[in-house]
Amino acid sequence: MTLFDLTAGPFLEFAFMRRALAACLALSLGCGPVGVLLVLRRMSLMGDAMSHAVLPGAAIGFLAAGLSLWAMGIGGFLAGLAVALLAGLVSRVTALREDASFAAFYLISLAGGVLIVSLRGSNVDLMHVLFGTILAVDDAGLLLVAGIATVTLLTLALLYRPMVLECFDSGFLRAVGGAGGRLGAACHLVFLVLVVLNLVGGFQALGTLMAVGLMMLPAASARFWAEGVVALALIAMGLAFASGIGGLLLSFHFNLPSGPAIVLAAGGGYLLSLTLGPVGSLRTRWFPGRHREA
Amino acid sequence: MTLASYNGPPDAPVNAPVDAIVRLTDLTLGYRRHPAVHHLSGGFREGSLTAVVGPNGAGKSTLLKAVVGALKPFDGKVTLHGLTARDIGYLPQQAEVERDFPIDVLDTVLLGHWRRVGIFRAIGRTLTRQAEEALAAVGLAGFERRPIGALSAGQFQRVLFARLLVQDARLILLDEPFTAIDARTTADLLDVVRRWHGERRTVVAVLHDMEQVRAHFPDTLLLAREPVAWGRTDEALNPANLARARMMAEAWDDKAEVCRRSSS
Repeated sequence: MTLFDLTAGPFLEFAFMRRALAACLALSLGCGPVGVLLVLRRMSLMGDAMSHAVLPGAAIGFLAAGLSLWAMGIGGFLAGLAVALLAGLVSRVTALREDASFAAFYLISLAGGVLIVSLRGSNVDLMHVLFGTILAVDDAGLLLVAGIATVTLLTLALLYRPMVLECFDSGFLRAVGGAGGRLGAACHLVFLVLVVLNLVGGFQALGTLMAVGLMMLPAASARFWAEGVVALALIAMGLAFASGIGGLLLSFHFNLPSGPAIVLAAGGGYLLSLTLGPVGSLRTRWFPGRHREA
Repeated sequence: MTLASYNGPPDAPVNAPVDAIVRLTDLTLGYRRHPAVHHLSGGFREGSLTAVVGPNGAGKSTLLKAVVGALKPFDGKVTLHGLTARDIGYLPQQAEVERDFPIDVLDTVLLGHWRRVGIFRAIGRTLTRQAEEALAAVGLAGFERRPIGALSAGQFQRVLFARLLVQDARLILLDEPFTAIDARTTADLLDVVRRWHGERRTVVAVLHDMEQVRAHFPDTLLLAREPVAWGRTDEALNPANLARARMMAEAWDDKAEVCRRSSS
């Protein structure tokens, strides 16, 4: 068996592998840049909180309409957005900081989700939703993740400048941005919508518990390879897609569940970047090379 | 004197020039109902160069925040004459910028063009050249592609001054611009401030170094929660005024009465 058979063979032979590959590509295109912005905003853990917040919405969608992609997607989206908005609102009008109010709301949401899930705990389909079904992704699922990737990339291209400035120096954006200083807040809101959308896309493929993995791991890894926002986003996309391919192959050859396999592949990429990357990695710390003249 | 006509301590400065670009009317600012600036009236003349000095907690930064509109007054008001909040160049204290953000020096300075390019318009040759000239003016020629994370505190302050140069603002507010900055950088940046003054821009700077204020700033507002003096620097900073400013009680008094001075 040649290397070609091992790597390209499964995709050539099986349509479900090609579908999964296409879904991974779409997910990578959207999740890469969104994850990078989350890391730059020091909101890495918020992605995790949001992915848990999506759960009850998806579960309610499932209870209401069965294993319907759209019902669970819309339910998850609304639940995630509600948690994000409530947390943002509480941090703006009270003394509680945004991370604390986020934790409060996502825990409420998660407990609600677990409660709803346990009412139908024996259902195998629902477990698929929670832990990922990328190998069974259908046309509607593909269209959904591709649509989300498209919306994400277009929105980021349109609002690139204020979104980056909002991360870098939000006070300056408030002063010069116009719109009564609310441009920054508006960008923040749009960004939260993108985060929730991409998590909803991710849970179709990887399950709610794994969705955030393809968003945060490549984004965190990218910091060890480049400086500059665009470069970081491109590298995160590439790493996410590579993790997708690697995870799918591992899952195929060793008969592993696909969601964890993909996220573990991304985790391997992270450990590799952390050790070997050219920017601020362990390698540059331990072997910085001899200092320069000036 | 009746309460209704009372407008400040007995010899409170009344400094309300007719050509004020910013007018403060009986302004009271603060946090959690405790005043940080108490019944301040007066104005910054167009083209003036004013230092705001006073002990810690005297309300200096709070005053600048109110002028840019980031803080809502408890009482009184700030009136801008012939300019909007976007015509103000404001340099807050350093901690508010994300210093390890992956952005280079030139891009940071180019942000000063925001009012002209907004979200969508391209930044062409001319605007880029202006940014490069601003970098040269603050002594950072050749630093264009350096990531800001690799700069020292002094170099980064020079970058922020270059961004202010590019902003082309008519009113410039500087909050402790020379704190923890080396002497040579301070001297270079004071040159920039003098250049703004020469271009008839209005500059207001919160400062701590009295020698610097006496040497470079024609006007001074001495603030100790209450306005102590506002006028020509040598008069404002006379020994009697400085002694009064030092006596300001810094602590909040949790049992302080509700202020009954009228807000006319």
